[in-house]
Amino acid sequence: MSTDQPSETAGFDPTGPLTPSGNLRRRLAVSRLIRGLATLSAVIAVIALGLVVYVVIARGAPALSLDFLIKDPPPSGPGGGIRSAIIGTALIVAVGAVLATPLGVLTAIYLVEFARPNSLSGRALRMALDLMQGLPSVVIGLFVFGLLVKPEKADSGFAGSVALAIIMLPLIARSSQEVLMLVPRTLRDAADALGVNRWRAILTVILPTALSGILTGTILAVARAAGETAPLLIVDGIFTNQLTFQMFGHAVPNIPVSIFTAAEAADPTGFTRAWGEALVLLAGILIANIGARLFLARQRARMGL
Amino acid sequence: MSTRTTPSSRGAARALRSVLPSSERSVGDAVLRGLCVLAGVIAGLILIDVAYQVINGARPAISRFGLGFLGHVEWAPNFGRFGAAVMLYGTAVTSVIALVIATPLAIAIALYLSMLAPRSVRVIVGPLVEMLAAIPSVILGFWGIIILAPFMQAHIEPALHDVLGFTGLFGAPQTTGLSVFTAGVILTVMVVPIIASLSRDLFLTVPRELTEGAEALGATRWEVIRGVVLPTTFSGVSAAVMLGLGRALGEAIAVASLIGAGNVIHKNLFQTGNTAAARIALEITYPVSNLQTASLFYLALILLVIGIVTNLIARAISSRFDVHRSTV
Repeated sequence: MSTDQPSETAGFDPTGPLTPSGNLRRRLAVSRLIRGLATLSAVIAVIALGLVVYVVIARGAPALSLDFLIKDPPPSGPGGGIRSAIIGTALIVAVGAVLATPLGVLTAIYLVEFARPNSLSGRALRMALDLMQGLPSVVIGLFVFGLLVKPEKADSGFAGSVALAIIMLPLIARSSQEVLMLVPRTLRDAADALGVNRWRAILTVILPTALSGILTGTILAVARAAGETAPLLIVDGIFTNQLTFQMFGHAVPNIPVSIFTAAEAADPTGFTRAWGEALVLLAGILIANIGARLFLARQRARMGL
Repeated sequence: MSTRTTPSSRGAARALRSVLPSSERSVGDAVLRGLCVLAGVIAGLILIDVAYQVINGARPAISRFGLGFLGHVEWAPNFGRFGAAVMLYGTAVTSVIALVIATPLAIAIALYLSMLAPRSVRVIVGPLVEMLAAIPSVILGFWGIIILAPFMQAHIEPALHDVLGFTGLFGAPQTTGLSVFTAGVILTVMVVPIIASLSRDLFLTVPRELTEGAEALGATRWEVIRGVVLPTTFSGVSAAVMLGLGRALGEAIAVASLIGAGNVIHKNLFQTGNTAAARIALEITYPVSNLQTASLFYLALILLVIGIVTNLIARAISSRFDVHRSTV
């Protein structure tokens, strides 16, 4: 590229051919080698992704059928559908999102709109969110286990929701914060100039501007939490596989834990269903991811960022 | 002009505040502000309560075993004897394997995505690498059991054994491929996208004047990277690696699937082992005694402390140097 051209003129023979020689040739060879290695690394990562997705599709597709999605499994043994696990997962994740989203967005509003840039409270909160994001999911699981499951002496779907909410909260707060900071200063100034109250400016000017970004961040957080297994295994792991809407005091069947249980079982008869579940889960998560990214890209293009 | 907006708008706001009738201003503002503060306080309280619950749950084990828990090898629930040494060793070794493989790989990917790839490739490969982080660990674990472990056992482990067997680390492959090494490899898959995407963002913040200046002096692409890009972003990349380490230390499910739940410390990486997070995930549901539950909480406490320390180190490294973040 542009790097190669200027150095070539360093040779003092203006009539000579413009090809690198000696030391420069070696340097260019090293540079090319590194470029090749970097490309190879990217290829490895893409292949890893491709291999996982391919295997999940290849092994999961045979299990997939309409019945698989809308029928309940038999009380024990292989066969049947996974309706109860799909609905259970959706339920747990949705309740988690309902718990986490307002907390996350309000926290972000506090950090961007109310806390002074270098104030102690702002810094402490930012650090708390960082630490929360760094918590291993088993630790979150044990926390909820100690908080909700041990006193009740029973796994519950709600406990799973709380655990997932703690995983989502810092992600939502972080992404909302970034989007809120992108809201143009001029909008705030305009609201101020019109004598609009702070809260009104936030609710009617700033939040609507940032809404699409906040939604995208929330969807990504939800997609991340939907695949979390460790906390659910700990607080919502012992369930019968029949459909239930009782979130309190009852374990709710869910996809991640069923995959894990099947994978750990010595008996491979459950594998087909587990691959089918893996395909459904992965498809949901990847579609949410891709959708959110496309949406964000379109939004960015519209805002001219 | 633009540099003056901040102070003047703040002044305007202050002026407004003195002009507006206080009741009209204060109610809505106070409510919203109160809600926001409440949300922040709840977030902080959750974190504190996490620490409290974990310590509280671990208390019986702490009073029984004390710090000796860390060095004790045996984990025998039926005999009430618990020690964390096997898990600490397994956690450390799997994380080290993951970081040793992932760090160069991820930095190379980040360099490719930020400096080397054409734009049309970038916009496709970049999201694909991030997509790797979106795959649930349970699916990676399942994939690992069925595909990766047999492959490691049949191909990678014998090859490494032939070349590096003399070190003692790469001994004879076992029958299943479920091993500390395989667990480290699956952790690599999870850590690479984290380090790669953070590093890529860092590489993109390197001022153009610097890279173009080096190019104008006749540096090759690699010399620009080695001489300008990597030194300017060194601390940020280190912080990214620390965050990747945090992820590797705490991952439970994929590791639980692939590490083989061993109870002995082996020097041979192709033998089974266990990590703290994996043991917690596997045993918390059906403990044989309260002491076992408490010991699992003790393991979680150790994880919590290590996790917080790595996180704080990452913050300290990046806040010292990361110009980009501090100006935002």
